Amino acid sequence: MSIDVRAETAVPAQRTSQDRLDQRELRRRERRFQHRDKWWGYALIAPAGIGLAVFYLWPVVQTVYYSFTEWGAFGGTSWIGLSNYRTLVGDPEFWQSLGNTGIYTGLVLLGIPLSMVLAVLLNLKGLTGTGIYRTFYFLPVVTMPAAVAVVWRWLYNGDAGILNHALSAIGINGTYWVSDPHVIRFAVAVVGVWMTVGYNMILLLAGLQSIPGDYYEAASLDGAGRIRQFFSVTLPLLSPTLFFTTVLSIIQSLQVFDLVYLIIGGNTQNALQNPAYSEGQTVVMLFFQKAFYDNQRGYGAAIVCVLFVLIMALTAIQFRLQKRWVHYA
Amino acid sequence: MRRRSLLTAAAATLAAAPLATGCSSSSSASPSGGGSRRGRITYGVWDIYQVPAMQRAAREFERTRPGVKVDVQLTPNGTYWTKLRTACTGGVAPDVFWMNGPNFGLYADAGQLLPLETTGSDAVVRPADFPSDLISLYRWKGVQYGAPKDFDTVAVWFNKEIFDRAKVDYPDASWTWQDLISNAQRLTDRKRGIYGVGAPVREQENYYNSIPQAGGYVISKDKTRSGYSDEHTLEGLQLWIDLIHRYRASPTLQQMADTDPTQMFQSGTLAMTYECSYNAATFHADPELRAKVDVAPMPRGRHRATVLHGLANVVYARTPHPELAKEFVQFLGSEQASLLQGKYGTAIPARNGTAQPWAAGMPKFDLQVHLDALDYAVPYPTSTNTAAWQHKDQMWLAKAWSGTESLKGATRSLTDAMNQLLAQERRGRS
Repeated sequence: MSIDVRAETAVPAQRTSQDRLDQRELRRRERRFQHRDKWWGYALIAPAGIGLAVFYLWPVVQTVYYSFTEWGAFGGTSWIGLSNYRTLVGDPEFWQSLGNTGIYTGLVLLGIPLSMVLAVLLNLKGLTGTGIYRTFYFLPVVTMPAAVAVVWRWLYNGDAGILNHALSAIGINGTYWVSDPHVIRFAVAVVGVWMTVGYNMILLLAGLQSIPGDYYEAASLDGAGRIRQFFSVTLPLLSPTLFFTTVLSIIQSLQVFDLVYLIIGGNTQNALQNPAYSEGQTVVMLFFQKAFYDNQRGYGAAIVCVLFVLIMALTAIQFRLQKRWVHYA
Repeated sequence: MRRRSLLTAAAATLAAAPLATGCSSSSSASPSGGGSRRGRITYGVWDIYQVPAMQRAAREFERTRPGVKVDVQLTPNGTYWTKLRTACTGGVAPDVFWMNGPNFGLYADAGQLLPLETTGSDAVVRPADFPSDLISLYRWKGVQYGAPKDFDTVAVWFNKEIFDRAKVDYPDASWTWQDLISNAQRLTDRKRGIYGVGAPVREQENYYNSIPQAGGYVISKDKTRSGYSDEHTLEGLQLWIDLIHRYRASPTLQQMADTDPTQMFQSGTLAMTYECSYNAATFHADPELRAKVDVAPMPRGRHRATVLHGLANVVYARTPHPELAKEFVQFLGSEQASLLQGKYGTAIPARNGTAQPWAAGMPKFDLQVHLDALDYAVPYPTSTNTAAWQHKDQMWLAKAWSGTESLKGATRSLTDAMNQLLAQERRGRS
């Protein structure tokens, strides 16, 4: 034992100058290879990077530039400085649509606990037919928002919709769900939740299944019941997935357009005469209206720039706050 | 325009795609020099129901001009203007395309359209051949840019069955607003879910007519001021609000936002509806409906009036074939093409004296009513960027219609918003 130790410790002392030279040469070669590897790496991610730069970063830069300009109906821009942003601050329509978007986002976030309940239930041992249930809940995710909106518009129809028909059977007088200013936000959010619940559920299910069984075994040996296990083991270990779904849901909800646009009536007379239009309009809908119908593209650019900054800020705050509740196992 | 569904439009686009690509190899543009006008021109339209008529007209034009090919390109109305504006910016718009009143000012003002000769031997459009309000709708700063293609007037369509059941006489030219109100009340049968008349927030069908009928105006003659704060204008708007809330003879705005009033009429829940002439063909196409509906002039207020609107054919300013394009526009406005268009039934041809085949094609209806309306027509209200304030007016008025805002309050905000947009137009910031 002791000999071994000596032999090991003796090795450096026995190194000759020739050895040291080899060592240096080796490191030099390694660096050269690393250098070459680095360039290979860059070369291989270049196509994706160029795509991103051309189709994503450049338009972002352009949009920021255009938000400081006035844009004629047929091109031709003129620099007007902060004028668009000043108009924005005093535009009640913008604040209203921002408020609508905020409420929608808040309501859709309520769908996450629902997805979690579903995921936990589907994760129960001994449950049969989970595949069918998963497909069932995931179906709305793979359906086009446009199709979803058209179908729900019919379900919600005040006079002929199946929802009011069902409600009347139990003695409740349903309202005009998509044209009542007090109800529209909730009606739309229900569809939003319905559409996202499956996606979040699948993510959370994956999170649940990655929690090793040993933890539960240990917890139950310590005498923890199911509820205790959920709060002490499941929830903390699921927190990274929950964080991810929350961040994603917020970003997606703030950008919602097609679903709400089509439920309200799309680009038809029905949409224009919908008395709940202002209460349903989201920020992106306002952008679309300004940029493509009112010919105020510079102003539209300013609207989306504000939304962009808002999303970045909200996401940054969430990343900051995650230290308090997200536990990486 | 609203009657076409997304599905039919999508189907039509799909159906038209192979047509367009199939033709693309047959001929190519030849230089316009050498006296011969040969080549391929494109014709942009948005109404799927009119495509057969437009294609037929294009074939007729090709027949008389060997070496010429006309492609009719359909873009559904929902995306027509967005696509056209982008195409104009990029210099690739169709050589000839459809234009409407609300959008005309924008295109003419931006120099996107080619002026059309109105006099001399090579006149593309002779003003005397068309109703003067239609001609002036497409004149910008004294220059003619559009050749009227068709026109539409508004009239009251009614369901005879509902009238008979309620023992109410059919509407006729003698009806006043008061008759409309009292009879609509009598026709309303809440138990059956039937309403006397539909009072939606539709500009062309509803309040653009009632406003001049009451003696008001939407926009001042010099196009600098909104007319929405005028006393008479308010009267013209109040009529519809009263029909909903005071007389309870119309479905609420919420109901009409859920289900289109024209559809309500077609399914027998509305006894009367104000409709543009282009819907006649739709009603005629349904044999069951055809048997039980007819048409009468709009009830009169202080005056008798109908707003007149119609489409025009215009030539794109940067077309590579200006002469050929103009020739095609001239042909479309000719008696031959007009009669052809009328025969297909959807739109009333704009050219004087060619409207009869349109009315004669649907003898079940008293369509003369729509043609006679020309005598008391008022021009469609427009400015440079009409679409911008028109959107505002529907949004604000919807608040008044639904009762969430008083009419006075809504029109005050609307007047401010519209005046602001008009001021922007004058500063050249449309």
